[in-house]
Amino acid sequence: MTHAGFPYLTVLILLPAGGALAVALLGAVPSVRRVALEWIGIAVVLATLGVAIGMAAQFSTGTGGFQFVSDQPWATGVGVRWFLGVDGISLFLVLLAALLFPIVLAGARTRSDARSFVAWMLLLESACIGSFVSIDLILFFFFFELTLVPSYFIISGWGYARRAYAAVKFFVYTFFGSAFLLVGILVVALLHQHQTGVLTFSLPALEHTHVSSATGILLFLGFTAAFAIKAPLFPLHTWSPDAYAEAPTGGSMVLSAVLAKLGTYGILQFDLRLFPQASVDLAPLMLTLAVIGILYGAIVACAQRDMKRLVAYSSLAQMGFVALGIFAFTSQGLTGGVLLMFNHGVVTAALFLLIGWIYDRRQTWQVNELRGLQAPAPVLAATFTVAMLASIGLPGLNGFVSEFLVLSGSFLTHRWWAVVATAGVVLAALYLLWAYQQVFHGKVDLANAQTRDLSWTERIVIAPLIVVIVFLGIYPQPVLDRIAPTVNQLVAHVEATTHTHQPAVATGGTAGAVAAARGTAHR
Amino acid sequence: MIHLAAAAAGGFATPHIRYLAILPEIVMLGGAVMLLAVASLVRRSLRVGVATAATVAVSLGALGCSLWQWSDVTGQGAFTAVDHAVVVDGFSALVNVLVACAMALTALVGDGYLRREGADGPELHVLAMVSASGAMVMASANDLIVVFLGLEILSIALYVLAAFNHRRAASGEAALKYFILGSFSSAVFVYGIALVYGATGSTNLAQIAGFLSKTVLSSDGLLLAGMAMLIVGFAFKVAAVPFHMWTPDVYQGSPSPITGFMAAVAKAGAFAAFLRVLISSFGLLRTDWQPVVYALAIVTLLVGAGLAVVQRDVKRMLAYSSINHAGFVLLGLEAATTRGVSASLYYLFAYTFMVIGSFAVVTVVGRRGDAAHDISSYRGLARRQPLLAIMFAVLLLAQAGAPFTTGLWAKLQVVLAAAHGAVPLAVVAMVSAAIAAFFYLRVAVLMYSPLATAGETPGVQSPAAEPQALFSAGAPGGEGTPAAATAGSAVGATTTAGSALDSAGAASGDGATSRTLWTGLERSMAGIARINAALLLDEEPGRERMVGDAPPSPAGTGPSGETGVDAVDATGAVSAGPAPVPLLTAIAVGLCVGVTVVFGIWPAPLTSFAHQATLLFFP
Repeated sequence: MTHAGFPYLTVLILLPAGGALAVALLGAVPSVRRVALEWIGIAVVLATLGVAIGMAAQFSTGTGGFQFVSDQPWATGVGVRWFLGVDGISLFLVLLAALLFPIVLAGARTRSDARSFVAWMLLLESACIGSFVSIDLILFFFFFELTLVPSYFIISGWGYARRAYAAVKFFVYTFFGSAFLLVGILVVALLHQHQTGVLTFSLPALEHTHVSSATGILLFLGFTAAFAIKAPLFPLHTWSPDAYAEAPTGGSMVLSAVLAKLGTYGILQFDLRLFPQASVDLAPLMLTLAVIGILYGAIVACAQRDMKRLVAYSSLAQMGFVALGIFAFTSQGLTGGVLLMFNHGVVTAALFLLIGWIYDRRQTWQVNELRGLQAPAPVLAATFTVAMLASIGLPGLNGFVSEFLVLSGSFLTHRWWAVVATAGVVLAALYLLWAYQQVFHGKVDLANAQTRDLSWTERIVIAPLIVVIVFLGIYPQPVLDRIAPTVNQLVAHVEATTHTHQPAVATGGTAGAVAAARGTAHR
Repeated sequence: MIHLAAAAAGGFATPHIRYLAILPEIVMLGGAVMLLAVASLVRRSLRVGVATAATVAVSLGALGCSLWQWSDVTGQGAFTAVDHAVVVDGFSALVNVLVACAMALTALVGDGYLRREGADGPELHVLAMVSASGAMVMASANDLIVVFLGLEILSIALYVLAAFNHRRAASGEAALKYFILGSFSSAVFVYGIALVYGATGSTNLAQIAGFLSKTVLSSDGLLLAGMAMLIVGFAFKVAAVPFHMWTPDVYQGSPSPITGFMAAVAKAGAFAAFLRVLISSFGLLRTDWQPVVYALAIVTLLVGAGLAVVQRDVKRMLAYSSINHAGFVLLGLEAATTRGVSASLYYLFAYTFMVIGSFAVVTVVGRRGDAAHDISSYRGLARRQPLLAIMFAVLLLAQAGAPFTTGLWAKLQVVLAAAHGAVPLAVVAMVSAAIAAFFYLRVAVLMYSPLATAGETPGVQSPAAEPQALFSAGAPGGEGTPAAATAGSAVGATTTAGSALDSAGAASGDGATSRTLWTGLERSMAGIARINAALLLDEEPGRERMVGDAPPSPAGTGPSGETGVDAVDATGAVSAGPAPVPLLTAIAVGLCVGVTVVFGIWPAPLTSFAHQATLLFFP
């Protein structure tokens, strides 16, 4: 663990939170115009992005441990500390959050009550980043819970027709999950206290708690219930299509791109570290659920006529891939899972944003009401093509690298799961291309002929996402270099605790697989 | 006590009294008597402002005395006084601090309430101070007789306070219900004391503990029966299920500031004595009472949260939520460890500020007549009164256990205490918190509903209509007035939902004694569906009808005057301008929110105080 001079992580949390407070207070002043508030919001998130990039630039690739650690006493009576750190797994999720919020605030503006919307979004960014960098379990839980409040208000305040239903469903599901998470955290801490006499919630300390296999399985299930709901993983996903579809564009982007990652991040960072034995024992179950999720999500997506729901179900399939990579317990699979979390965030955010813009123009996202948009809006069609092809996993775009790593990593240890999961890739091509054809190709009818193309502002807003999609498809090495040490350390931790071993080909294999991926990409 | 009786035979020997031990109680009670005396001596009736100022001064004096006790105890350790009938330790000192704070805040809120309702005189303040001194006596009692004394001082003043608004039938009904059930529970409690005395030969808590540690009873039926009766008495006061039946009706019927006071102070005092009696006197019998408390906690948590979900009346909802909170405090008691007691104490602290603040907002939103408590009164509050709305939202979220408020720290600590030995209980508690969060958020979202019709129907509410609301006696049942009121003005769908709910709500209170838990749960399910349907329908695009359909207030008069009043209330609730927020109430709410948030972000002081207090509690 390395301690930082400049408290990057604390600043990353407090900057948006302070911005939220400022916007909320300034909004109470009648003379402040809403545009001013929106610009303040964008300035704050851009500053946050700057700090995040500054941190990433200083992130050292050689170590797998936590960096930029800041550790302060917080609730002394209870043993909770303000304990932050970032490692190869969380680094890119922090960057993802920092990258997306400016795009959300600039690209998915609301018509009504901009002050509250901007304030809630800033608070949500603070909570998301806070969850990704907290390595005190209670602190993590605080931020994990804090994400609920703004997202609930965003869905119920600015969502579409059935927003109240969707918001309540979202809230009730996730809150029930976190009830088990909190009890689980407390039980682990009490076990640790029983063994060492110290009450602490710090992840590096609790990692060494001895948990009996039966208790471990119960605790794993408690933690995973919360994370699987948040991700969402099959069969705890039923809130997500409603929430994604009814949320406003910005809400859908954040929910699917950032908040969903909290679930898989929690599985990686907490389940695997705290209960390695239970994770290995229950891996067949989790892999089976993941594969079912991949196929189920893809098949249901094929049947959707509503583009938002289509992307929601394709998200379910993608999160299944992440889980597949995680529970393969190979370096390749885990690296692919982490990378896929980032890539999926970028791609889904782009898709939801584009769908939101289509809705702005046409007031619908029903596939069969849209037709031939390519003719009046070529740039829109082009950007949509890139995002869609990345989602399918076309070589040369970022989706391919991560999916390839996940599938090859899981093929080594769990061959048949990987084979079945590959069908999901095929189905993804089916439903996405089919929807794309419907919407953009064909003869344009009168209603669709007047569709505006992307304005220059919109082009600038979506450009960063397209750049990331293409760049990481061609040259993913900088990202992999930073993920790999942490993942290798995590795999080593699991192997040391459980006496399992990944196949030899996978240990040196990340580089090889990456080379293969790049080879294909360059072809 | 016993010594006194014996001593009386040969020349009455008064015990040595160390006044520091009972100073907060003396200040509080003395202040009340002084205020009453002054009020009866001056020619004209005492102005509300004077009474409030005096009460706040007295409360601050009591607060100072309690802090003095605290510093004395932390310096020199706990001690007993007045012939061991009173104990001064960190626990009692901290509860005294809590009660004094609650009293001061209630005085501030009560001031605005009294002015709005046009009431004079210091009675509300005096009675509240008497009640607060009762809670302090309970907190520092070291003898079952003194516990009982405190309980009665606390309760009798509260019975009167519940009936304070004599213009509302609901208020009288609440008081009568509270009085009858309360006296019944007091009788059970006294009988419990008698049985415990019969079994152990003492009413002194320390002597009971000493007797139990030295003696093995061959047949402990008498002792267990006595203990069970004590538990019943306490469970009634803290509103634990199944002894909670009075709570929703009394909380709903009492004047809103008093409801907040009742929820905070009565619970704090009763829980203080509950913890002390069970843990320090009957600590050795914990295997006997822990299962009972375990069961009480589970049903209290679930019933409190479950029934709160189906309430449309915000005061009833908060009443059930306070039952749910009582369940959480019981978790700490059930653990019967240092950590458990410290967690319960912390919970009471956090809860007091949240609940007084919440009821202060309810008082304001209730408007003149204290009747606009239907959930629809909160629709669009954020647009009319953003500051009030944000404060209420923070308080509600804190009660739900939102992070970075004292609410989650409190839940965290009690659940941590429970997770030590009773993981299923901890899980049930968190699940109930999830259910509870649902209804807190519902109010919060309603306040922030962008569909608020606030500005759309100006002028429907005429100022002249308000006194009419004040002088009306309300519906005979008192039960469903506000809900029926909304039904009068909202959309058709809401009307059916509202009235159906109203009947469900009425049944949950009035028919409570004859209703089983199961039918309650069934009703809950139906109720959730209806409320959600109502809220969803309200939010559908067709909502413009709501404004159009609202009947003009005077035309809505039905056969009796009540309906007309309801209509006035209803339009008031839906479309009136900002409810006036008195400065003192605003200060009180601000203080509550401040404590809740500041100690949520910076938890160290409060957690370590609670911890320290508990260390002193166990000698």
